[in-house]
Amino acid sequence: MPEPVYGRDEARPEIWVYLERKNGQLEGISRELLAKGRELADQAGWCLAGLLPGQGRAPAEEAIAHGADRIYWLDHPWLDRFDAGLCTAAVEHVILEHRPCVLLCGATPDGRDLAGRLAVRLRTGLNADCTNLSLDAERGALISEVTGFGGGVIALLEIPEARPQISTVRPGVFRPGLPAEDRQGEVVRVYVELEESQRCVEVLEEHLGESVDLTQAEVLLCGGRGVEGDFGMLRELADLLGGEIGATRPPVDEGFIERERQVGQTGVVCRPKVAIACGISGAFHFIVGIQEAGTILAINSDPQAPIFEYADYGAVGDAHQIIRALIRELKQEREGAHA
Amino acid sequence: MREPHIVVCMKVVPKAEEIQVDPETLLLKREGARSEINPPDMNALEVALRLKDARGAHVTVLSMGPPFFEPILRMALAMGADDLHLLSDRAFAGADTLATTYTLARGIEKLGDVGLILCGEESADGATGQVPAGIAAWLDLPQVTLINSLEFEKGLRALRARREIGGGYTIQRVHLPAVVSIKTAANEPRFMDFRRKPWAMEQAEVVVWDRASIDADPAYIGLRGSPTVVVGLREAESRERRQERLDGPPEQIAHQLAEILRPLLTE
Repeated sequence: MPEPVYGRDEARPEIWVYLERKNGQLEGISRELLAKGRELADQAGWCLAGLLPGQGRAPAEEAIAHGADRIYWLDHPWLDRFDAGLCTAAVEHVILEHRPCVLLCGATPDGRDLAGRLAVRLRTGLNADCTNLSLDAERGALISEVTGFGGGVIALLEIPEARPQISTVRPGVFRPGLPAEDRQGEVVRVYVELEESQRCVEVLEEHLGESVDLTQAEVLLCGGRGVEGDFGMLRELADLLGGEIGATRPPVDEGFIERERQVGQTGVVCRPKVAIACGISGAFHFIVGIQEAGTILAINSDPQAPIFEYADYGAVGDAHQIIRALIRELKQEREGAHA
Repeated sequence: MREPHIVVCMKVVPKAEEIQVDPETLLLKREGARSEINPPDMNALEVALRLKDARGAHVTVLSMGPPFFEPILRMALAMGADDLHLLSDRAFAGADTLATTYTLARGIEKLGDVGLILCGEESADGATGQVPAGIAAWLDLPQVTLINSLEFEKGLRALRARREIGGGYTIQRVHLPAVVSIKTAANEPRFMDFRRKPWAMEQAEVVVWDRASIDADPAYIGLRGSPTVVVGLREAESRERRQERLDGPPEQIAHQLAEILRPLLTE
């Protein structure tokens, strides 16, 4: 193994969370990681710190309310917009100064870019897309759970020697806690030194559209191969139910629906009150994305489909016919209520 | 002006739908599954080939894995890549992200004078998307990820990359050389060119490099070079569900579903 930049015996008993901000506020993923980090830190009697790049102090206060004991605020204008090279340089510097045992990042575009780059810089391990985390405080070991390829199996991973132990977690895997406005914490403003030669990426144009966050949906309708690309029908039903639509991987790969709506192990992990799986056979990498749903309904023409084992209610039949009938039923119900 | 040299990193993966888990050992039974080029890497190759079509480029495919990958990777030559390099050594086996990215980076350094390194967004079997950032870090190059399309600027000192996000997009300018990951399904990979097929599948010489060829530090590769360790496997627990079946004609099922949904939605 490459000689780690710092090892087990040189690390401080601290869990750090890389914080992401959007429109001056802490992102949901950061609140989720702080909640889990707080839980682990409390069990072990460790400190929980947040790493906040960019200008504007408000997210630091928010992170303290969500459980952080201390925030390292990397207050520099070049860090306002994520740039993997600049962010890694700044974060590496402050990590080497304080040597935390654990670093948690969101498995988001920015979190993945930072974690992947930082792990190489620090010659340490990186466990990506963890579905659960626990801490063995005595050994200072973070135990990361990841779902194996093909599903059904959980692998437990550790990084025995190198520090920090870096893990990434997808949005929606952990639940955020409620903020406690009276929580006390310390904000440490870090002097960040970056050089012009490190700026290699420049954003020339930015056109932001509406993005969808399926992790917040209370009702989620998912379509698989069996809906044969008819997401307009699912959209209509979702609108009637006040929900959102998602999909398994094949319709996304075939271009029937945007990738940000892919649900499952390589997509979004959701916790809706109700999930309705339409024309989905029930491969485990998809199930991962809805298994925390309050109630699961499944519609599939194949009575042997594995999806029925994961469903509270399973309707055997043609997804198109049943959904169209359900749309009619719900519309009549509304019209009746208005009449 | 000289042609840019583009390296596309490609992986061979077992077909996801053919993978099975041994119920006793909980290990993957790969032998039953056929292999294919990792589908997201085909999107990266397509970007490279479009750049080649547009202004000329030399496209090298770089992969790491056992010798049986070779015939599968030849497909990339048939699609339009110019040469294929396979990093293959028993000592590379068991590599985690750190060791994998180190090995690929050594291969890229050995190729020399590379202007652009393209990767797929993630691998279908690992699905962690951490390789592009790792390669960029080893080579100390800038990285941009989840890119849909790109073009070189005149003079080849930079490229312009378009990244589509949530209904909008950004255009980023990146200094070259750089590492770029291409968003899965960003394009429609071309079919193989049948005129290239005899050369690609039979005649083309595939360069196989072992550890010594790329001068890789034995302590940095394979299982030995991997800081992460699998300490256990267990079956994923699934929550108990009611598993109640609804049968009958569509209207009847729809009615039952509406009845089930009503209280759930008003909670």
